[in-house]
Amino acid sequence: MLRLNGISKTFNPGTANKKKALDGLSLHLAPGDFLTIVGSNGAGKSTLFNAITGTFYVDQGSISLAGEDITFRPEYRRSREMGRLFQDPMRGTAPHMTIEENLALAYLRTTTRKHAFFSRITKSDRAFFRAQLAKLDMGLEDRMGQPVGLLSGGQRQALTLLMATMVPPKLLLLDEHTAALDPGTADKVLRITREVVAEHGITTLMVTHNMRQALSLGSRTLMMDGGRIILDVQGEERANMTVSDLLARFKAGVGKDLDNDRMLLS
Amino acid sequence: MFYIVQTALELGFLYAPVALALFLSYRILDIADLTTDGAFTLGAAVSVVVCGAGHPVLAIPAAMIACAAAGFVTAFLQTRLGVPAILAGIVTNTGLYTVNLMVMGWKSNVSLLRQATIFQFFRDYILGGGWGEVFLAAVLTVGAALLLVAFLGTRLGLSIRATGDNRDMVRASSINPTFTITVGLCVANALTGLSGALVGQSQRSANVNIGTGMVVIGLACLIIGETVLGKGSVLRGALSVFAGSVIYRLIYALALSSKVFPMEAMKLVTAVVVGLAIAAPSIKDWLAFQRRKSSARAGKGA
Repeated sequence: MLRLNGISKTFNPGTANKKKALDGLSLHLAPGDFLTIVGSNGAGKSTLFNAITGTFYVDQGSISLAGEDITFRPEYRRSREMGRLFQDPMRGTAPHMTIEENLALAYLRTTTRKHAFFSRITKSDRAFFRAQLAKLDMGLEDRMGQPVGLLSGGQRQALTLLMATMVPPKLLLLDEHTAALDPGTADKVLRITREVVAEHGITTLMVTHNMRQALSLGSRTLMMDGGRIILDVQGEERANMTVSDLLARFKAGVGKDLDNDRMLLS
Repeated sequence: MFYIVQTALELGFLYAPVALALFLSYRILDIADLTTDGAFTLGAAVSVVVCGAGHPVLAIPAAMIACAAAGFVTAFLQTRLGVPAILAGIVTNTGLYTVNLMVMGWKSNVSLLRQATIFQFFRDYILGGGWGEVFLAAVLTVGAALLLVAFLGTRLGLSIRATGDNRDMVRASSINPTFTITVGLCVANALTGLSGALVGQSQRSANVNIGTGMVVIGLACLIIGETVLGKGSVLRGALSVFAGSVIYRLIYALALSSKVFPMEAMKLVTAVVVGLAIAAPSIKDWLAFQRRKSSARAGKGA
């Protein structure tokens, strides 16, 4: 589904602040794969996501999605086929617009035809949004006319998740999307994530700082350091792995302890 | 007094599209579009020149299209060429000065002599008296406002609103912000052009300085309207623009007739009002902080 071929990205090249954020990274995801990614601060996890979504173009290498080369495709066009959630729940929704209007925007992804520009939110759209919101079980379906700014962080993140997956994307990128939420809400958002991903079989990449989550969620775990993948486990090997195994493997691979200021070792 | 109210209503409606344009560019897109002054003049100039050539009705869309083109230049500068938003408007505005002179045949003003304007036509054939002009101005500008509100409810309109609200989200929703900003600024300047076109025909003349300070006056109307009617939905925003515009013209007319300050002082008064209104949140914070500080000191002394 997603194929990264030796992608590299250097920030501030030719200056003292030069930083090689991605270093010849290659990765192949089969359709329906659910990957979790862990790594130290500055390992290149978010940079990897930015490269995939097209926030910047990579210096070297190529990216293809579902067989199509998207290396030089602009971000807004890639986002037709990708959903992305950030750690900050405020980034995924427009606060001064209503829930319904936000959903209508996300729904745009399906309507690429030109005449759809001037279409308005119809009754059937509204009914569809309502049914989708009801699945979140947060009572949002009765508040569709309210501005999103009134919602809590968890509600906004759940809404963003819905917006990203309402039209199932080819790829879903989750960048520590539950890290800023309180534990109860985080569990709920995570549960919804699991359900949505399973329901549509969406190919998913998820960055997490929770080591146990990294091993328990999904089907494959990557560990990153210095812009490279240093560990890639799946199948039986992963099933038998404990958090301390994971940490030991990191130390063996990098020669230093895993250092992430938000890491949860529990 | 009656005359003052009538004049205020007429001018309020005639100038309301400028405030509406700023509602779109400043409030919704979050871009201070300084093309406004030049675009207003361009609208008036095109309108008066086309009207002088015998096409008073055609003059209005012609002016709007010309101003949309000006908006496109500003948008192009800022989205494609990386010129900061405010500077892009200033650059276009400066260029427009020459364009405006060109439109008026290299003269600094043009007047209509006997040619019919839409207002004259309306007075002669549909509704006579002083109210005819007010009515026509109201119908045209409120019509434009309703079209804008309807437009902002479409998918494209929603995309424009989201662009001003959360740019990160817009890119993640497969919307091209370059495109939405361009459309937004074109529409906003077309509205400014509408206002210029109507004012030009109503005054039967245009001069190269007719738009000077228009952006600040438009902001004043916008802010007065929001203070009176409050912020909220798009519809309320559009309504408050009209309220603000009429109230501003009422204050203007009263100030003139009461001779509190001379007419020449109006722009300074407007600037002070707008400056204070935009600064209000900071001033409020500062006052609250000072109060807190002094009460903390008082608490320590006791």
